Amino acid sequence: MSNEAVLHAHSGAATHEGHGDHHEHHHHETFITKYVFSQDHKMIAKQFLITGMFWAVLGGLMSVFFRLQLGYPDSTFPWLESLLGKWAKGGHITPEAYYALVTTHGTVLVFFVLTAGLSGTFANFLIPLQIGARDMASPFLNMLSYWFFFAAGVVMLSSMFVETGPFSGGWTAYPPLSALGDASPGSKTGMDLWIVSMALFVVSSLLGGLNYIATILNMRTKGMSMTRLPLTIWALFFTAVLGVLSFPVLFSGFILLIFDRNFGTSFYLSDIFVNGVGALPNEGGSAILYQHLFWFLGHPEVYIILLPAMGMVSEILSVNSRKPIFGYMAMIGSLFAIAILAFLVWAHHMFVTGLNPFLGSIFVLLTLLIAVPSAIKVFNWLTTLWRGNIRFTPGMMFAIGFVSLFISGGLTGIWLGNSALDIHLHDTYFVIAHFHIVMGVASMFGMFAGIYHWFPKMYGKYLNNTLGYIHFWVTIAGAYMIFWPMHYEGLAGMPRRYYDYSIWESFKQFVELNRFISTVAMIVFAVQLLFLFNFFYSIFKGRKLTTLNPWGANTLEWTTPIRPGHGNWPGEIPEVHRWAYDYGKDGHDFIPQTTPVGADESHH
Amino acid sequence: MTTVQTREPQKIHPHKFTLWVGMGSIVMMFAALTSAYIVKKNQSSWLEFELPRIFWYSTFVILASSVTIQLAIKAFKAREMNRYRNLVTITAILGVLFLVMQGLGFQSLELKNIALTGAKSNSAASFLFVITFLHMLHVLGGVIALLVIFFKAYRQKVKNYSAMPIELAGTYWHFVDAIWIYLFIFYNWIG
Repeated sequence: MSNEAVLHAHSGAATHEGHGDHHEHHHHETFITKYVFSQDHKMIAKQFLITGMFWAVLGGLMSVFFRLQLGYPDSTFPWLESLLGKWAKGGHITPEAYYALVTTHGTVLVFFVLTAGLSGTFANFLIPLQIGARDMASPFLNMLSYWFFFAAGVVMLSSMFVETGPFSGGWTAYPPLSALGDASPGSKTGMDLWIVSMALFVVSSLLGGLNYIATILNMRTKGMSMTRLPLTIWALFFTAVLGVLSFPVLFSGFILLIFDRNFGTSFYLSDIFVNGVGALPNEGGSAILYQHLFWFLGHPEVYIILLPAMGMVSEILSVNSRKPIFGYMAMIGSLFAIAILAFLVWAHHMFVTGLNPFLGSIFVLLTLLIAVPSAIKVFNWLTTLWRGNIRFTPGMMFAIGFVSLFISGGLTGIWLGNSALDIHLHDTYFVIAHFHIVMGVASMFGMFAGIYHWFPKMYGKYLNNTLGYIHFWVTIAGAYMIFWPMHYEGLAGMPRRYYDYSIWESFKQFVELNRFISTVAMIVFAVQLLFLFNFFYSIFKGRKLTTLNPWGANTLEWTTPIRPGHGNWPGEIPEVHRWAYDYGKDGHDFIPQTTPVGADESHH
Repeated sequence: MTTVQTREPQKIHPHKFTLWVGMGSIVMMFAALTSAYIVKKNQSSWLEFELPRIFWYSTFVILASSVTIQLAIKAFKAREMNRYRNLVTITAILGVLFLVMQGLGFQSLELKNIALTGAKSNSAASFLFVITFLHMLHVLGGVIALLVIFFKAYRQKVKNYSAMPIELAGTYWHFVDAIWIYLFIFYNWIG
């Protein structure tokens, strides 16, 4: 295979298992090289997944804490003080702690869970397995990518234990709160650690993204042309391209921020008076400049989060409907369109910052254009399900749930994309509801679908189905019960980021509703712990996998042994003869990609 | 599968491909910074000043180093190892010289009372400093890569006949050269 020829060409330490035929001999691996500094993409994927889970629990717990404050602003919880110490004096979360919790919840969920935890896991796991490669283009860079992510996590975690607390100026880290240490307690050491952590995270994302692109374009097995790739790979490819082109822009924004913070420059700062410090000498800077640089990443970032989920959902819907995906080329085209448009809409996050209204109208147009490829995708998912022979596995349930959430959240995007409506809706709970449904929960559903579907390949065991169904129904019902009411609150003008709404005459009416949301949030959080139990219990005690291809799927990962070693296939890498979606063709339930095209087959 | 089948049209080496994608990513960073520069320049209180004269000479130095590394790659492929080592050494020295000259350029601005950082600084000078400094870091990375390759060339035990490392370093070196040419044109005539 050209793939092996490439692996042999450079004498890296990771290639010694790249041999095709004499693979049976036992390669000696120590605990360290197998589980810690592993260069096997499958192990790195699991490392990303479990680290992501750790952050998901922590980030979710933070939301439970601040929902306690929002739902029960007058109550005290003595156990909170024993847990959080001075941040919950008298059992009441302090305003500083509240803002720190909201900020860290956002940063952690967006970057650590839904970027690293989602595309880190599934790009690593699925790309080599589904394109037919022994490993990534550079297993070493791949390992570095994980460890940079790990280091970013350690730094972020440490920021929670400094005296002045973690950064508390919102996950977007707008200056001046992020640029001036005197602006708030969280802007001191907490912000230093935040920016170091994010810089490490950018490096991790870039190393990963470079590898994913190089692997997909260069290491496909014989016969695997680009148009035979499963849609998961296409989605992960566009995700990586988005990341590689937009993260450096965020990085340059951070560099200017570091200079403003530490070296007295005035890129973002102008005419500022800080209470207790006095007037600052900085002149001529513009905080809007930071917003441009931030959102040039920030908007592609939401597609970095969403596209992997879309890809996995396409694959899982097709496998479990026993039907080819509807409109394969249209799916690729719409992914491509979304990837292009992702770079052209960033200013819709800035409609009310004093942006030129004429410029705003162009961004409205471009933003609303995203509805076209999104609608194509939704149409194709529904037509894939249409008259399918549907198997409601937990993975399938979550995939269908993803489509539901994507529709609900996508529709409110059309509201928010209008600069005129945005004057009323910006910075309200309407925005919170929109992006949590369409980007947050929907992508979590894509991730759950992926975990339920590929768990047998990852660990050679099944997850428990009953727990899976409980997990699904409580989570989807809870997601709608949490975020649906927020639309009403937002339409009534209730702003985001406030500490206590019960003291506002206009928002007093929502006290009961907020309590309801908080209660549901806690129940949903508890059910995620049930999922974690299912996950870890099943790794060790789950029902064992006895067949290679439990779902009857066509893609290459199911041709590997139940527990594939480093190198994935014991012998030759299989050759591919057809696309990944020959389900229900010519009376066959499914025809794997490795099956040669027969003479009696209908059109191919 | 036979070897005949596996010799498909020569594909680009994955590492080289990764480098190209990585360079695209670096381009995005400089594109972001220079467009921020343009946005900022069109706002109030922008300080106009002459670019240090030494930047002209440093441009010449980095151009010369691109020539020497190209010759080094040629020498490696011809297995003229002495010539190769000399050329790599010259390239690395030119790289360090470039860094020193950029530093001197900064110094000359400071001497003219144009603060690059600190409370008295204007964004015009700060931008010049930050962007140029980031470029210097990228050149430094190239110098380090050359040093690693240079010492590998002296290893007696392991003989390496693969031209891939030096080709990768060469591509990167031309790339940072091109970035500086872009920045130089940008500072002088666009920004």
